[in-house]
Amino acid sequence: MASLRLLLAKPWIWSFIGALLVWLATVAFTGGYGGGGMITAALSLAVFTVIVGVGQMFVITLGPGNVDLSLPANIGLASAVAMKVMDGNDSMIAVGLLAALACGMAIGAANYLLIWALRIPPIIATLSASFIIQSIDISYGRGLQIKPPPGFADFTNRQILGIPVLAILTVLFTIGAAIALQRMIYGRSVLAIGQNIRAAWLAGVNVGRIRFLTYTLSGALGGLDGALLAGYFRGANVDIGNEYLLASIAVVVIGGTSVAGGKANVPGVWGAALFLVLLLTMLNTFGVSAGVRLLLTGLIIVGVITAAGGQKALR
Amino acid sequence: MRPEMTAAPVETGPKSSSERSALARARLLRGLLPALSLVLVLLAIAWLNPRAISYFGFSLMLNLAIPIALATIAQMFVIAGNELDLSIGTFVGFVGCVTATWLKDAPLVGVAILLGSIGVYALLGALIHLRNLPSIVVTLGMSFVWQGLAILILPKPGGKAPDWLLSLMAFKPPFVPFPIIAALLIAAVVHFGLMRTSYGVILRGSGGNAAALSRAGWSLLKTKVVLFALTGLFGVLSGMALIGITTSGDANIGNGYTLLSIAGVILGGGEFVGGRVSPIGAVIGALTLALSASPLLTFMHIPPDWQVAANGAILIIVLAARVLISRRER
Repeated sequence: MASLRLLLAKPWIWSFIGALLVWLATVAFTGGYGGGGMITAALSLAVFTVIVGVGQMFVITLGPGNVDLSLPANIGLASAVAMKVMDGNDSMIAVGLLAALACGMAIGAANYLLIWALRIPPIIATLSASFIIQSIDISYGRGLQIKPPPGFADFTNRQILGIPVLAILTVLFTIGAAIALQRMIYGRSVLAIGQNIRAAWLAGVNVGRIRFLTYTLSGALGGLDGALLAGYFRGANVDIGNEYLLASIAVVVIGGTSVAGGKANVPGVWGAALFLVLLLTMLNTFGVSAGVRLLLTGLIIVGVITAAGGQKALR
Repeated sequence: MRPEMTAAPVETGPKSSSERSALARARLLRGLLPALSLVLVLLAIAWLNPRAISYFGFSLMLNLAIPIALATIAQMFVIAGNELDLSIGTFVGFVGCVTATWLKDAPLVGVAILLGSIGVYALLGALIHLRNLPSIVVTLGMSFVWQGLAILILPKPGGKAPDWLLSLMAFKPPFVPFPIIAALLIAAVVHFGLMRTSYGVILRGSGGNAAALSRAGWSLLKTKVVLFALTGLFGVLSGMALIGITTSGDANIGNGYTLLSIAGVILGGGEFVGGRVSPIGAVIGALTLALSASPLLTFMHIPPDWQVAANGAILIIVLAARVLISRRER
């Protein structure tokens, strides 16, 4: 009983409960049909949101105003870079992934350069950067119709006992991220900066370096996500990352991370991503129109955040 | 944003008169920067295509400036209260759909829906204040809601603007093009309301120092509700103006306005925290964006691929100029 109460006190548990409820509602609607397949599909799609969500989480944890709006453009460009470098060739998979990672890291570093050099709010810096990245992508990826190498496409779609391999790897990655956040100097510094940037600086945290690393990390994860998406959806696309702007912010907040910064939650990102994907599956299963689907998605996001309640803001 | 980034420079001691005048000059320059960037864009257009600087040219180039300016003012009100509205774009689209359907076919129902939507904005303000919610997430969710409603009202682009709205937006006053008159009017009205009335000071104060305001006995709930309702009101005006120009509605018509409006407020000298906003600056920022968005880039023969990048670059250049000026301020 005590352990149950302890579990319920965890901020991330609610997103998992939400995901479970949505899944149960859908399974009840279909009369138990396709429940397992739905979880497999949800896991495969949630992976992409989780990867960028973790990057966004670290950025948001840096404190109010810190947010990476360049992720969609970043994902789009990296997907094109990965496909061009791989060029449908199995032997180039690793090189292509590295190229996408490097592209994402460069974008993240450029973002921080703008924030630091111009002393402008990260929202505007990453927004302006995303305009430029988008143009580069349109120009670079025009008419790009390179299919991913067969080995890479297989890898992004492979399953073991109904569990996507990519999901297993992403779980390992998120465990690593949780350890980095709670047990490593880097993660503790991110949390400290989010709680009080001045106090962190006075305590000897190298604020500039940590913020630089965090934006670069977010960029790198965006780049990786772009490459994986291109593999999963069989090709790069300028618009491939569009939905991940809202999704990445939504999973972070629904997952229990504080928008005011200084408090992050890794498991919640998984719960929230599964919740959002399953919600979409449920509404599709119910056969509602696009308008109703958007309307309900919005109302549920507002409802969840209202129910979860805001923390006392730190500002 | 870190608090120290927006804090006023601390006076370190008595300053010589020359230093003080230099400081005043830098402050003036900073205040004039939005206007300066607009003049620069205008000069560039005049240099590239002198014929554009005419009654007809301005009417054409500033065609969409009115809805952009209104959306920017809408965004400015929430920013004045340290919040952000990520749903203003889809809200403008929703209003557009209502305007092109209900407002023409059944004006009373249309008016009721639009007033109701302003009420929803006011309720959001109350919800955000009472539950202490992050406005970014609430408005993110609302952006889905507005878009969903817009698609339900108008599944396919179509509908038609009411005739009175069409004739209003097609108004051709003598000598000065309508968009310029409208922009001046919007700037003047909002400037008076927010900067010159005592409740305007309270509204901005809720972004500047909420705790102090609350101790002084002002209701923070009320300021937040008023700020959000004003955002809703100007969002409605923006959507109606937009449909008056495009003549028919489309659920996705306003999607770009979210980022455009935020950029406009910042270009106009506004800041994300501290209640530091400027209505005149915001309108100028919106005009700069409207002009540099396509006319300038078309005249510069920039290929369409790179027009988005040029927008980003203009934002960065203006912000860089602001940093250079602020450095001198210290």
